[in-house]
Amino acid sequence: MSSAPAPAQTPAPAAQEVRAGLGTLWRRITSGDVGSLPVILGLVLIWGVFDYLNPNFLSPRNLTNLTVQIADIGIVSVGIVLVLLLGEIDLSVGSVYGLGSAVMAVLSVQKGWPTPVAILAGVLTGTAIGTFHGFFFTRFRIPSFVVTLAGLLTWFGAQLHVLGETGTINLTDPSIDQLAGKFFDPTVGWILAVVVVAILGTDVFIRRRRRAGAGLPPTGLIGDVAKFVVVAVVIFGATAILAGDRGVPLALLILLGFIIGFDIITTRTRFGRHIFAVGGNAEAARRAGISVNSIRIAVFALSGTMAAAGGIMGASRLLAVNYSSGTGDILLNAIAAAVIGGTSLFGGRGTVWSALTGSLVIGSINNGLALLSAASDVKFMVTGGVLLAAVTIDAVARQGRQRAGV
Amino acid sequence: MTETGGRPEGRPPTAPASSRQPLLELRGISKRFGAVQALSEVDFEVYPAEVVALVGDNGAGKSTLIKTMAGIYIPDSGEIWFEGKHVPVHGPRDSAALGIATVYQDLALSDNLDVVANLYLGREEVSAPLPLISEEKMEFRAREVLKSLDVKIPNPRNPVAALSGGQRQSVAVARSVMWKAKVVLLDEPTAALGVQQTKQVLELVLRLKQQGIGVIVISHNLANVFEVADRIIVMRLGKRVGTFIRAESSEEAVVGAITGAEFGKFKPQA
Repeated sequence: MSSAPAPAQTPAPAAQEVRAGLGTLWRRITSGDVGSLPVILGLVLIWGVFDYLNPNFLSPRNLTNLTVQIADIGIVSVGIVLVLLLGEIDLSVGSVYGLGSAVMAVLSVQKGWPTPVAILAGVLTGTAIGTFHGFFFTRFRIPSFVVTLAGLLTWFGAQLHVLGETGTINLTDPSIDQLAGKFFDPTVGWILAVVVVAILGTDVFIRRRRRAGAGLPPTGLIGDVAKFVVVAVVIFGATAILAGDRGVPLALLILLGFIIGFDIITTRTRFGRHIFAVGGNAEAARRAGISVNSIRIAVFALSGTMAAAGGIMGASRLLAVNYSSGTGDILLNAIAAAVIGGTSLFGGRGTVWSALTGSLVIGSINNGLALLSAASDVKFMVTGGVLLAAVTIDAVARQGRQRAGV
Repeated sequence: MTETGGRPEGRPPTAPASSRQPLLELRGISKRFGAVQALSEVDFEVYPAEVVALVGDNGAGKSTLIKTMAGIYIPDSGEIWFEGKHVPVHGPRDSAALGIATVYQDLALSDNLDVVANLYLGREEVSAPLPLISEEKMEFRAREVLKSLDVKIPNPRNPVAALSGGQRQSVAVARSVMWKAKVVLLDEPTAALGVQQTKQVLELVLRLKQQGIGVIVISHNLANVFEVADRIIVMRLGKRVGTFIRAESSEEAVVGAITGAEFGKFKPQA
């Protein structure tokens, strides 16, 4: 979005730059590059409606609960985003969620393993399963949705087997409960918020200076500053809301940690660049010397890992693992969250942040309808409608891109 | 010149730079696919700063020959020489390591990535100590190369999908220059392009030549061929059947060689 080959940073009339920036934005939107705009508008709308119907919805207590409720789906959805960027799908994440948490619970409660080791073993179970899926997908060229559909069945069976006859394992270990139950003092939250905002500001500054140092035309100053201000406001606003209740939930920090980490990996490392390349044009990637199959296997491994990690977070929130862990709407919500957040089903377009925005939308619907004491029937229908809307936006945007010769 | 036997014409090519050493030279290349003799005893040479057009009807062996140079096909017999040395070419990597770059018809660009990312695809530069992509360094070099080739792209940070066909072809060619190719193989570079865009690409071919690169162009469009090529090599039924110096030849003569002088009156000019 560099606005014109800006002749240095002379007091180029700010209004002009704003207009140029808005023009670029409008062009991008009309040509189908809508990014995360629809999901943010959707979220504002959903929050407005629910708060109108029940003023408790936007209370600090409920919003804090919401962030804890979405942590497991959000973590699973991070893996789904990576798989979608490849243009593939992973239908096994629900079962891997369940199996990962079951392995962790059995090792921790029944075998008496130390908690961190049990958690690690649960997560690595997911890694191994994902690698296995990736291997079958690349080696035998079986479509990913079939491989992972087989996985959905197989790993659910494995989950039942691991849990054995009792069927339910209650988690009483305090350090597992902490994952979803720990809240940091608001002071810690404010310190973290300041640190993160300072890092972001420094990053914007360093990048601008590096561009100048390399003799490249600068990116629009107003655009950069506006983006930074919006993000800072969101971070401080969220911290203020959380401070109004129990403080910053560890679960939210874990989710944000995964998202920020994978955002850096996808947008700023070679591995991430190659994920986008394979998702955009696998043949071009192959000809450019990228090991397409290694990228694919690695991404499926990450998807399995995140699914199991999400399962452990979910187990920590419910304080139990049973036959139904990971079943039901976990899989569909995780995929729906990624797509609602704006990651394309067609590969090569999207961002890890859609895991957060998408699961906020789905979590808000579930949470808001629960506050209204609506039953599951309404919940499923509303979530289905939102998903359909999101996929439609993706498809229409794609047509827009094609029409724009993009 | 090092023309070995088997040339149907038995005539040394009178290249514009025949006193110089060929950059890339193929000697007596044969390749058979099952019952089909795709190439038989084909010689080929391209000199530095020369544009050679490879023409012929469908199935004449042009693509097989190009793919042999690119290391995709391994010939049954024959030798490949590069800068005066007999070199083993056992695969695309060998060929790329020599500095032979192929720009395929379907372009091999990732639509969703920007121009800079496409130019650096598979060779992204990373910084130390954290292995993060050095975007500024890459963009700077990308702009330099695009400028040196006079490729006009509004913003190299736009996705390739937003470019016209000619611009996309230019980006694909620029990628080869970026990585110091000495020989660039272009397979139908102007197919499916409009008049204006064709002109852009042909100008780009001439600029590659100015940079000392040996350019090999496969094309069905003789008008384009006559605009840029220094020499025109005609293939028919797996054999090299004619070599024309652009300045001394006519389109009719080339057509005659391509079709095998079925019309009787056109013979390859000696």
